[in-house]
Amino acid sequence: MNLAQFLTIFISAVFIYNVILSRFLGLCSFIAISKETKPALAMSLAVMFVTTMSSMITWLIYRFLLIPFNLTYLRTISFILVIATFVQFVEMVVRKISPALYRFFGIYLPLITVNCAVLGVAVLNVDMFFVNTKAVPGSFYYSLFQGICVGLGYTLAMLLMSGIRERLQLSNIPKCVKDFPLAFVIASIMSLAFMGFNGFRF
Amino acid sequence: MKKLFNEFLKGIIKENPTFVLVLGLCPTLAVSVSVINGIGMGIAATFVLLGSNIIISMIKNIIPDRIRIPCFIVVIATFVTIVEMTMKAYSPVLNRALGIYVPLIVVNCIVLGRAEAYAQKAPVINALFDGLGMGIGFTLALILISGIREFLGAGKLMGHTLIKGFEPAYVLGMPSGALLVIGLLLGFFNLLKERKQ
Repeated sequence: MNLAQFLTIFISAVFIYNVILSRFLGLCSFIAISKETKPALAMSLAVMFVTTMSSMITWLIYRFLLIPFNLTYLRTISFILVIATFVQFVEMVVRKISPALYRFFGIYLPLITVNCAVLGVAVLNVDMFFVNTKAVPGSFYYSLFQGICVGLGYTLAMLLMSGIRERLQLSNIPKCVKDFPLAFVIASIMSLAFMGFNGFRF
Repeated sequence: MKKLFNEFLKGIIKENPTFVLVLGLCPTLAVSVSVINGIGMGIAATFVLLGSNIIISMIKNIIPDRIRIPCFIVVIATFVTIVEMTMKAYSPVLNRALGIYVPLIVVNCIVLGRAEAYAQKAPVINALFDGLGMGIGFTLALILISGIREFLGAGKLMGHTLIKGFEPAYVLGMPSGALLVIGLLLGFFNLLKERKQ
């Protein structure tokens, strides 16, 4: 475990392999909720919380349950169940704390369960920090940190996107490219900008 | 019979999961670098859709309403695990190319979306045709996108060079190109729809 590794995880998860713009995880919610900044921020925070917690929990499950009993092929099922439970919990909290926000999210909050970013980071952690079903030293901290960084990357892309789309609301756009198509083209240009980080090597 | 056929057909054009419902975009964009990958992903997703639609429609009366989503997810995850293990055993090259996007079929919105919106209310046979149609619609969309990207981005189709001396635009093979292609295609289909009305 060293500091350079943490820095590498941070740069690659937030910028180089940005969860949305380069890995395409969590794209549905990205396009659907990024019309205004406030809900976009709330959604990002929810996702960040869930990715962090779930990468911690899934690491523990993989290391202490699936590997000792030689059940690694149950990875997908066990991970998604844990995540689904977790999302239910977050949903309950949001409903209690802010009914207005809960109403705004509508279908999208339960859909964090099927947000690829959350399961994606769990699977990525296992792929990256376990070699031949053996945890590399410090892999728990790496996984946890990668969870946070993926959430940060999601937040960054979400905030940038919602900022741009807010400004676009008043402009005169042909009807056929309104909403989805335009959002994709904007995301494409943003992704092009993020490709500039590609040359970084540590 | 005609109704069943319609059930099948609607997934391909009228309710195409990618272009009309705009669901399940993560795998669509990530694996559409080459047509072979697109077809592989399409077949895998079709198998999962078919299996989960049939099973969920069979057990719809047993599942309590409040915990239906976790139940659906377990069914879907089981089929994804089958696909994962089969692919690892018989086609390791494809498995490496698709990478983490194979386990991520579990969270493909199309699969859960069909379970929630259709299979849990429909008889088994209808659910079967619905799953098949949606799966094929998804595969066709993937072939279209990956065809465009592979041709313009690498100058090839199914791994064969088509035009000699064609200078490909590499950006289309990159993540940014995927977003651009899907954005323009969606705009194009919207335009067609507008014209038709």
